[in-house]
Amino acid sequence: MNTVFFIAAGVAVISTLLVICHSNAVHALLYLIISFSAVAVIFYLMGAPFVAALEVIIYAGAIIVLFLFVVMMLNLGPVATAQEKAWLQPRMWIGPSILGAILLALTVSLLWRGAPTAAGGAEVGPRQVGAALFGVYLLAVQLAALLMLAGLVGASHLRRRELLPESETKTELLP
Amino acid sequence: MNVYDLLPLIPGIPLAGFLVLALAGGRWRRGAVAAAGCGTVGLAALLTAVVAAAFLRAPPEGFAATRTLWTWVAAGDFAAEIGLHLDALSLLMIAVITGVGFLIHLYSAEFMAKEEGYSRYFAYLNLFVSAMLILVLADNLLLLLLGWEGVGLCSYLLIGFWYRDPANGAAARKAFVVTRVGDTALLAGLFVLYGKFGTLQIGQMLHAAPAVLGSGSAAAALVAALLLGGAIGKSAQLPLQTWLPDAMAGPSPVSALIHAATMVTAGVYLIARHHVFFELSPAILGVVGALGAATLLLAGFSALAQHDLKRVLAYSTISQIGYMFLALGAGAWTAAMFHFMTHAFFKALLFLAAGAVIHALAHEHDMFRMGGLRTRLPLAFWTFVAGSASLAALPLVTAGFYSKDLILFHAWTSPHGGPWLWAAGLAGAAVTALYTGRMVCLTFFGVAHTEVSHRPGVLMSGVMVVLAALSLLAGFVETPHTLGGVSVFSRFLGTALPAPAEPHAGAGAELALQVAASAAVLLGLGAAAYAYLRQPPWFRQLAASSAAAALHRLWSAGWGFDWLYDRLVVRPFVGLARINRGDVIDRLYAGLAWLCRTLHARLSETQNGLVRRYAMGIAAGAVIALAIVAFL
Amino acid sequence: MTTLPMEYGLTLAMVLFALGLVGVLVRRNLIFMLVSVEIMLNAAGLAFVTAGMRWGQPDGQIMFLFILTMAAAEVAVGLAIIVRLFRQENTIDADATSKMRG
Repeated sequence: MNTVFFIAAGVAVISTLLVICHSNAVHALLYLIISFSAVAVIFYLMGAPFVAALEVIIYAGAIIVLFLFVVMMLNLGPVATAQEKAWLQPRMWIGPSILGAILLALTVSLLWRGAPTAAGGAEVGPRQVGAALFGVYLLAVQLAALLMLAGLVGASHLRRRELLPESETKTELLP
Repeated sequence: MNVYDLLPLIPGIPLAGFLVLALAGGRWRRGAVAAAGCGTVGLAALLTAVVAAAFLRAPPEGFAATRTLWTWVAAGDFAAEIGLHLDALSLLMIAVITGVGFLIHLYSAEFMAKEEGYSRYFAYLNLFVSAMLILVLADNLLLLLLGWEGVGLCSYLLIGFWYRDPANGAAARKAFVVTRVGDTALLAGLFVLYGKFGTLQIGQMLHAAPAVLGSGSAAAALVAALLLGGAIGKSAQLPLQTWLPDAMAGPSPVSALIHAATMVTAGVYLIARHHVFFELSPAILGVVGALGAATLLLAGFSALAQHDLKRVLAYSTISQIGYMFLALGAGAWTAAMFHFMTHAFFKALLFLAAGAVIHALAHEHDMFRMGGLRTRLPLAFWTFVAGSASLAALPLVTAGFYSKDLILFHAWTSPHGGPWLWAAGLAGAAVTALYTGRMVCLTFFGVAHTEVSHRPGVLMSGVMVVLAALSLLAGFVETPHTLGGVSVFSRFLGTALPAPAEPHAGAGAELALQVAASAAVLLGLGAAAYAYLRQPPWFRQLAASSAAAALHRLWSAGWGFDWLYDRLVVRPFVGLARINRGDVIDRLYAGLAWLCRTLHARLSETQNGLVRRYAMGIAAGAVIALAIVAFL
Repeated sequence: MTTLPMEYGLTLAMVLFALGLVGVLVRRNLIFMLVSVEIMLNAAGLAFVTAGMRWGQPDGQIMFLFILTMAAAEVAVGLAIIVRLFRQENTIDADATSKMRG
């Protein structure tokens, strides 16, 4: 079954790489869906079907759709793509790549110091997760709810008309 | 009300005068300024006369009165009061200070009438009188030091009164710095005294000194030496005498008051006041006498070679204070104070008369450019002659004769004295007569070189006449046994200062000493008159010879002390300062500041608002932290 | 069900995290930076789940849930800000929004 893992991991890495390289926002977001789906497969392989489902539904579903909405709303088009190409010059990549490589080398070298440890022997299903979530972690759930509320209030506040400049208030682009 | 309750007013009124003049005098008319300046000192003189009359008629208990105003400093066991102590010694001092001071204020009112900074001048002069009175009335050494530094400050301010000429400023600085050397010794002496006695109360210290210090002990010698250090700085004795000739840069009345009559004799007062310490250390007392003898001779010879009238008088002041030190060294406290008094009169007169001459000749100081003033300025001439006769100690008729004779007598007879001190004094007397004669001859006789622009007015003339009378008559309060044996002065001072040991010489020896001194004076005066009035050919040849020229150069430069100090002290110091011009130590701190500023500039560049840079920084920091965790 | 070495999962998580980091640092488009942040959050979630499965416990998955919550809130607010910025400044260039010097 390691083969499946490696295929999924390869798909995830390659599609992620394409996401950060691509100059067209819509295409990049589609690659991101693939990447998230591959990670969902790995979750499933490890015996966590509940989070695999959540990964597909919320990450690949809701969040990416939100992104797509915004990209389309801003209606950037080919001009933006050309702009992205102009910004993504090869020498821009040097510094961040080196930094990322060092970080990766460090963490991986730390990780592979000892013998490999097996993980995912038994499935931990939604039942156990739900029991723990509304047992031990009840308080954290409520805090998470507050966080969501804060996000909701923040997002709606930023959309208020009186905060927009005078000229923008008349455009009926958004409800 | 007790008459001694007036005591605080005596220094207080001139101080008030200073404050009023300093704060408001600039906007007053000159007449008002002069009235305020002279009036305060005159009032102080009047109060002094009242107090003195009371003191003489009915002396207070123990011949001393003390008034403590308030506690100045109180810290732990230490306490210093603003306390005034009046005894015969300080009464004499305040009488001379307020009396001569008042006369000189009057003289100044006319002398300075056309000068800028009229109110500034009188403010300084009032402050000086106040500080000097505090100095002599102080009942503890800390208050004495306040007055001591106060007069030093006023001396500095008044030497540099005409501050537009940088040379005057330099002279003022020199006076301040050189006297500071002595002041430092005095301050160290204060610390030592406080360490030994636990108090700075002069009366208590003198009372306890024999028990605490012990006769001939090293501690007594240390205390006496440090006090002597302070005294020689203020009184311009060897080796700190170099500032006084340059101090003549100030106005003539200032020279008369500060650099002849009062301030420079503060050292004499200091030693007389603390005579107990010196009696406990005969070695230092010997040093006092030797310094006095050396100073009076060196300064006398220097006076012989000066061209500037005021510089002659300056060297003669050094020389006469040398006489006072000689008397102190011989243990003849009374004789020293007697000479202080007569010197105050005749030297103030000489400076004032010289000021009148210089004023009349449009600020001409050079004696060789004067001449022939005998008929043109008769009043200045006669008063100057009276002062000169007193300075030269013309026998029988002058005050200077009686005071100097007393000193020479004690120098011979005192157990602390001896033939050597006497011989130095005698030689000094001859030299004094010689340079005095030269000065009078050059200034008032011979051919006129400079025209007289105007004559002194009533005020200046009156003051000079009064002082001339005092110069001639003040000596009769104390005459030797061979000439009447009046002893008013020594009986008066005997209440505060111990009488010198009973002389072991008889009347015959006394007469012989007087004849010798008189002969020396007459010889000096005669030689001067012969050489400068007749100008015989051999004298001209002698004056033109190279040896005489070299000697003249040496004496004219005050035996090269300025040169020596310049090489020994000033130049090395200036050299060090030049090396350290950039302030080497400060470089370190400047470097630190530069580092901070540079780092600040670099770091503030990172605060550029570019989010990606911040993310880069966070990531780099995370990598470094991780590396530390991983490999350390 | 299968057993995988925990290190495999964690290594994949780190690769994805590094890629996301590179994306944040390289892209100037604010939408792409936000996307890259999502990648990094997802990688963190993967690491949590992997570690949780190592012990056979649900806690890792619960942490993933919280990360998910946070990511959703963050995306909502972040995208609102981007829209707002675009309306006001007519740009979504991260380097152009440096006025506040924060």
